[in-house]
Amino acid sequence: MDWKIFARSIIVITEKNMRIYYFKGPVVVFGLLFPLIMFLTFFIGRNLDLVLFFPGFLGMMLFFTASSVGPLITPWEKREKTYERLVSLPVILESIVIGDLLAGAIFGIAITLLVFGICAEILHLPIMNAGLLVLSFVLGSFAFAALGTLLASPSMDNPSNIMMLSSLVRLPLIFISGIFIPLSQLSGWIWILTSLSPLTYLVDLFHAALNGDAVYPPWVDALVLVFVILVFIWCAKVIQKRNLVKGI
Amino acid sequence: MDAIEANNLRKSFGAVTAVDDVSIAIPEGGIFGFLGPNGAGKTTTIRMLTGVLIPDAGSVRILGTDVNKDPLTAKLKMGVIPENGTVYSDLTAEQNILLTAKFYGMDRASRESRAGEILARLGLLERRNDLVRTFSKGMRQRISIACAIVHSPPILILDEPTTGLDVYSRRLVIDTVRHMNREGSTILLTTHNIEEANALCSTISIINRGKIVATDSPEKLKKTFDTSRYVEVSFDQPVGQELFASPGITRAEPWGDKWRVYTDDPDRAVKHLASVAERDHLKIMSIATSNPTLEEAFVKLTTGA
Repeated sequence: MDWKIFARSIIVITEKNMRIYYFKGPVVVFGLLFPLIMFLTFFIGRNLDLVLFFPGFLGMMLFFTASSVGPLITPWEKREKTYERLVSLPVILESIVIGDLLAGAIFGIAITLLVFGICAEILHLPIMNAGLLVLSFVLGSFAFAALGTLLASPSMDNPSNIMMLSSLVRLPLIFISGIFIPLSQLSGWIWILTSLSPLTYLVDLFHAALNGDAVYPPWVDALVLVFVILVFIWCAKVIQKRNLVKGI
Repeated sequence: MDAIEANNLRKSFGAVTAVDDVSIAIPEGGIFGFLGPNGAGKTTTIRMLTGVLIPDAGSVRILGTDVNKDPLTAKLKMGVIPENGTVYSDLTAEQNILLTAKFYGMDRASRESRAGEILARLGLLERRNDLVRTFSKGMRQRISIACAIVHSPPILILDEPTTGLDVYSRRLVIDTVRHMNREGSTILLTTHNIEEANALCSTISIINRGKIVATDSPEKLKKTFDTSRYVEVSFDQPVGQELFASPGITRAEPWGDKWRVYTDDPDRAVKHLASVAERDHLKIMSIATSNPTLEEAFVKLTTGA
């Protein structure tokens, strides 16, 4: 395989996705508002320590922004009949999967960094480990952009069906990921359930980076997120390859 | 080396065999037509040739590169207009072309000059900055073609490129196909329009029920069905069936105010008609010979008539 052509196809697909699907007013506003409203719904009136809960909010923000548009791209392109043309260009399946993932990750990082910058300035947030913070942003955005790409993979050309699937998968995750109740306060079956969510490990990594109060060692969080990224990409590729063989 | 070489392509969807052991060899420089009724397997074959669909069996080589083993290199050599594919409606005409050019690795200056050149040729220069969503179907198809030819591909593959287009857009598409062929591109097109295939193609393959039933030049395909030729003649006064009794004339039947005379030797039939007209003092009002049409060949090959 010609790696130069492969790299170029990924970059152009990423650029195409950013331009057509991500950086549009309504998408950016929705990406900012939805996690903010979700957090405020739980935060207001409960007399909680905002700094203590900020890693959870940051994790939720990155989770929602990185995985918000990705599930819609392929179904949208199939419905608009641009997918057939895209596949006939000098691209391969891996270019499309990685291009979709990169666009989601860049969008997630950009929006979440913006919110983090503003909040850090206003709330004077502590940063215990800047390197870990960067790692958290990168791994979190890639993991949940990969989730978005995976959710886009079933052979549907109706974005509303994918939206439903996406909500069914994503919304329950925020309740079992230590965002609203710190991991250290969980036990029993709730602890087991929480440990099954990849978002748990991102929130924990943010705790390590910002407050230094993580439950798991950072290397465990990082390894789990890397594993999740690889599994999501592999599953997305397998499903989309099967669709290509079936001609759907 | 052939421009496109497909060997024993096979594709099934469940119990339905869409393409059954199709082999094609298209030499460089020609215009090759792929003709067939709806559901014959044309688009499935094209999708396998362009690397969009993975075949169950068989191989495809584009200028010597295997599409399934090295799809990136193979696709660089092609420009494709898919039947079920269109351009991005949220981008402008020019943005669509420039984006496509980036996939082919063209530098910025080449992208911009080529986009301007193609938009001018396709009559869309003044609409270059308009979103494609405001375009008619014909204009969208022209942008689709612009995207396919932006990198001057050695092979251009068009799946039903003129279906549903207005006369002006259709003519522009055909002119562009001819222009690209003159510039050295090998063309493969599928069409329902038999006259279009007849006028454009140097070689035609007729596909039916997933199998290629004939491949030849349009003229040779027509001659395969030469027995159906006839002469249409009208006289200044009514004549009887007995006038047409002659060796070489298989039968004659009234056809409106004319007679249609079926023959395997039109030259002999015309001479006979002229001599009997002279003998019986009849004035020939009109006379015309029919050539076998590609449509007849197509109908007979695809229906077994």
